[in-house]
Amino acid sequence: MRRVLPYPLLTASLILMWLLLNSFSLGHLLLGAIFAYGASWAMTALQPAKPRIRRWDMIPRLFFVVLGDIFRSNIAVAGIILQGKRRARTPGFVIIPLQLRDRTGLAVLACILTATPGTAWIEYHADNGRLLIHVLDLVDEQAWIELIRDRYARMLSEIFE
Amino acid sequence: MTGLDDFPLWAAILVSLLLLAGSALTLLGTIGLVRFKSFYERVHAPTLGTTCGAGGILIASMLFFSVLQSRLALHELLITLFVTVTTPVTLMLLARAAIYRDRTEGKAKIPGFQNDVPPSSAMASDARPDDPG
Repeated sequence: MRRVLPYPLLTASLILMWLLLNSFSLGHLLLGAIFAYGASWAMTALQPAKPRIRRWDMIPRLFFVVLGDIFRSNIAVAGIILQGKRRARTPGFVIIPLQLRDRTGLAVLACILTATPGTAWIEYHADNGRLLIHVLDLVDEQAWIELIRDRYARMLSEIFE
Repeated sequence: MTGLDDFPLWAAILVSLLLLAGSALTLLGTIGLVRFKSFYERVHAPTLGTTCGAGGILIASMLFFSVLQSRLALHELLITLFVTVTTPVTLMLLARAAIYRDRTEGKAKIPGFQNDVPPSSAMASDARPDDPG
């Protein structure tokens, strides 16, 4: 299996992408499969790290949690911009100690933190596992640490580690 | 407009509401970009445009073309996916450049990592003594 199809997940996503861009038909399925097969072999030259997904059932849960958070913080940041200078606001940095070490998990965490308005990923040190983020409206530093560690990082380490 | 005469009213209203909401959020994001004071605050504002702003416009587009062609048009999902996956790359490049500059100049109060500070940020002399952890 591994020698025929080096990256099954990548191949499947490429076929899905081809079908979405064109149309769902048998002809496009075959054509897309040929392209995806070639592309996933080309990918082996780059030798990317292969993520191991342990808990598929957690992925939809994480997705909806993140979607809800993105929506809520959009409204919060829009409010901050609309209120302008009338409201006192303390932007600041937070250091978050992370247990999560898996590279794919960290990459997904970076996507989540970047996609959520109000938090920005600034710096991560792999040697001590500390993450520096910037928060637009920092009220309680400890609350942010707990939020990111217990809400996202825990789910991500269950999925990937 | 030609070709839109038989476009149902409910869909037209929904599409325009979504478009308005999406573009309003994107506009707010750009206003925030202008009005915020520091670089690190400014980074947050355009995120409105790339998340819910883009989301509203893309859902409107999916709805419009799905109703118009009476088949599911879903390739906008790919735009959402690729925007979400690629924004951290540019953000990290910008943020690291800014943090390097500020640490070198010793300007902003940026907490440094106290133990095992790698050489690239060894100049973080302004690390607060009361850093957590």
